[in-house]
Amino acid sequence: MKQGRWRFLTKRVAFYLATSWSAITLNFLIPRLMPGDPSSVIVRQLQRQSGESVSPEAVAAIQKLFGDPRAGLLQQYWDYLVSIARLDFGLSVSRFPTPVGELLADGLPWTLMLVGATTVVAFVLGTGLGIAAGWKPGGRLDGFLSPLSTFLTAVPYFWVALIALYVFGLVLGWFPLGGGYDPDLYGRPGFLGSVLQYMVMPATTIVFSAFGGWLLGMRNMMITTVSEDYVLLGRAKGLSAGRVMFRYAARNALLPSVTGFAMAIGGVLGGALLTEIVFSYPGIGYLLYDAVSKRDYPLMQGVFLLTTLTVLLANFVADSVYVMIDPRTREAGR
Amino acid sequence: MILDVKGLNVDYITAKGAVRAVNDVSFQLRRGEILGVAGESGCGKSTLIMALIRLLRPPAAITGGQVWLHPREGEPVDIASRTDRELRRLRWRSMAVVLQSAMDALNPVARLSAQFADVLRAHGYKNTEERTAELLEMVGISPDRARSYPHEMSGGMRQRAMIALALACDPELVVMDEPTTAVDVVMQRQILAQILELRERLGFSVVFVTHDLSLLVELADRIAIMYGGRIVELGEAAEIYRAPKHPYTKGLRDSFPPLHAPVTRLNGIPGTPPDLRNLPTGCAFEPRCPRRFADCTERRPELLAVGDALAACHLHDRERTARA
Repeated sequence: MKQGRWRFLTKRVAFYLATSWSAITLNFLIPRLMPGDPSSVIVRQLQRQSGESVSPEAVAAIQKLFGDPRAGLLQQYWDYLVSIARLDFGLSVSRFPTPVGELLADGLPWTLMLVGATTVVAFVLGTGLGIAAGWKPGGRLDGFLSPLSTFLTAVPYFWVALIALYVFGLVLGWFPLGGGYDPDLYGRPGFLGSVLQYMVMPATTIVFSAFGGWLLGMRNMMITTVSEDYVLLGRAKGLSAGRVMFRYAARNALLPSVTGFAMAIGGVLGGALLTEIVFSYPGIGYLLYDAVSKRDYPLMQGVFLLTTLTVLLANFVADSVYVMIDPRTREAGR
Repeated sequence: MILDVKGLNVDYITAKGAVRAVNDVSFQLRRGEILGVAGESGCGKSTLIMALIRLLRPPAAITGGQVWLHPREGEPVDIASRTDRELRRLRWRSMAVVLQSAMDALNPVARLSAQFADVLRAHGYKNTEERTAELLEMVGISPDRARSYPHEMSGGMRQRAMIALALACDPELVVMDEPTTAVDVVMQRQILAQILELRERLGFSVVFVTHDLSLLVELADRIAIMYGGRIVELGEAAEIYRAPKHPYTKGLRDSFPPLHAPVTRLNGIPGTPPDLRNLPTGCAFEPRCPRRFADCTERRPELLAVGDALAACHLHDRERTARA
């Protein structure tokens, strides 16, 4: 049994290493598959945009990422892999000469803090209420929560965010209109408080829009599970209602949600886009938005690579957790 | 006596009105007795035993009658009228259940040991590991299998583990809902032999449901035949099999190959089981009965004594009036 588990995990690790390698390789290849010489196209474009000539350092940075037409493809590939291994993602064009790695490192904590935390909160809240609603479908709690959740999931996120911004930010003035912190307090005692204050609106809107989906998913799974024979047997055994509800019903109903949760965690970096644009939050999503609008290709590539690797990492964690919580998958891994 | 059922009714409550699945069922079960309940699909046999231990799932509900359980210690309890909370104390200690498919009835994400331990602990057992090993050995499973998950065991082993689990708290009454339907014939015989042997040793009573009458003859002391939600015949197992009093019982007997005699001709029962929403005013079996006559469409036959048995059939009216 133990052996099966290890074998399963090693297989998964190998699979994800191979997938990561192909993601990195694609990230390298796609710009080079573009017709012509992408780096000179980009340099020309930048020149047209800014109206002044691009510095030789910036040209070198672009050529490093998109291929120096004078070097062979294999040599370029090798250089690319070496720089990725050194966490060197090149230099940003729009904020030249800041390294892309530095921009990513600046944005990452904000996104992880805001979207990561809210994803966890929405999951725990939604799933918890879903267990309660699904335990007695048609009951009073279910009769209130299910229609509410259906409504909340149907409302588009950006609309909720804009309404919140208008009402609580503009009309009532309770919360700031955008940003991640009060720049006047940077490095001063009130800084942490201002970070929390700036987080309230984006965080609440995310939880507000996301928890209904978790609730409905868990509720529906719970209803199916409650009619299973093993739940009936749990009741026949004379166990307490709480034990039957959690150990027998919820424990089994949770399995599909765990996969969904891991996917959501993997999508944190990508999913942050809308929130961070609406609230001008200084995270990875805003960085990507900025990069796209200013055609900062090195930065875009850095964000793409980071996003892809996060999704893979989250999936790997989900797979491993799943093996631990569902003994039946160990068989399948063999 | 362990169980005294009086006029039990179970309804499925639907939007279009109630459908009576168990209708005015009464019987008594002696200590250590095995009562077999047989009938076609939809005759109410599974609903009946689930009602006996109050495990009905909505929309099914007990709508009348009493189920008196006489525990070893303490006063008799009417299972039908107690609250769920009051019943918890009796569950598994006085009454346990074996379901049709152990694959579905065992928690798929918990080891066998955990599924024994939680019920043992809930009912005050201290040495749960020791007790689990003892129980598994009782049904011929090596105690080291306690660490297995349900999916890691064979079908027969799972079913025997279910039986061991049912006996965990030394119950007085075990209801079994077709526990041998999901396993092959060889395993079926092994399990039946084991139930008989364990009953000798531990003295629990069993209500055993199946559609296979020939199987019941091997196992049960008495047999109840159900049709359209009612008991239509009740008597000693051998007697029911040898000389059925009700035409339905005879039809049921002749539709299964006997376990121990050479197979002769098998005859099915023509027609289909009755529609519970729309039962005939007379005998429910009348439309399919090979021996029906005028009385059968007019009045519903009562379950009355015929020799040592009980049967609900107008064929015996004439004998009875002749005797009177």
